[in-house]
Amino acid sequence: MIGIEHYVVVSSILFVLGVLGIFLNRKNVIVILMAIELILLAVNINFVAFSSFLHDLTGQIFAMFVLTVAAGEAAIGLAILVIYFRGRGTIAVDDVNRMKG
Amino acid sequence: MIQTLAFYLFAMLTIASGAITILARNPVHSVLWLILAFFNAAGLMVLVGAEFIAMLLVIVYVGAVAVLFLFVVMMLDIDFAELRAGFIRNFPLGIAIAVVLLAEMVLGIGAYRAGSLKLGTPDGSTAPAEGASNIEAIGALLYGRYLFLFEAAGIILLVAMIGAIVLTHRQRGGVRGQNIAKQVARRPDEATVNVKPEVGKGVQL
Repeated sequence: MIGIEHYVVVSSILFVLGVLGIFLNRKNVIVILMAIELILLAVNINFVAFSSFLHDLTGQIFAMFVLTVAAGEAAIGLAILVIYFRGRGTIAVDDVNRMKG
Repeated sequence: MIQTLAFYLFAMLTIASGAITILARNPVHSVLWLILAFFNAAGLMVLVGAEFIAMLLVIVYVGAVAVLFLFVVMMLDIDFAELRAGFIRNFPLGIAIAVVLLAEMVLGIGAYRAGSLKLGTPDGSTAPAEGASNIEAIGALLYGRYLFLFEAAGIILLVAMIGAIVLTHRQRGGVRGQNIAKQVARRPDEATVNVKPEVGKGVQL
């Protein structure tokens, strides 16, 4: 019998994979963005599973907003990546210190 | 029985393709594995009856976000071998953090199974109506109770779209573009006049 715990386990494994991906590919910002998408996907699975478990549609509505933000974030992130690449000819982000913040 | 089988299939494929996404050598392969992960996650959502979110996941993620990633990966001329240089060096730290995170989540799930906290119960106003389909129920909520949030989401997307265009747009030299201000400021007396001369008198030869 599949319960809410199964879904929570799947989404937590996916979340951990996303965090691991950020740490493993510290230089490659494209894979970092993909890892962030994995994290958001894990969050969405969690929202939908609990929405079904609690008989409350708010979780699915909220998953939609998470989807919206993920799409916007990917668009802006990739746009920043493109102009960064234009300026420097590389996308290695582990030593981005141009602004000296 | 078939649900259990489908759940384990979707769950294992989601996790496996997520793992290959972060480990693949070639970012193009990463994107393709990410698409597989999204498809299987959509399957997981269909299993619990959230077909609208599942279809949205396929359309938005696979149709838009993943294709955007593919475009960018293929558009930029990058030496990916050099970018992987720190992979082995970062491995122990990454694994350590992943283990800590996973242990926390296992602890949380274990604590939940031992008896959940009571944080109040839903008042039933957002429960799916009996007999209505998933899309109908979500539509009623989205265009009723959450209308303003829905419009805010639209504004977020608009801002993201304009931002992406403004960021990546560049002015090139040597291109004869349209000068709208000059066009608008034009006066009739400096324009060409359309005349109808008699036959044989139009030009002086």
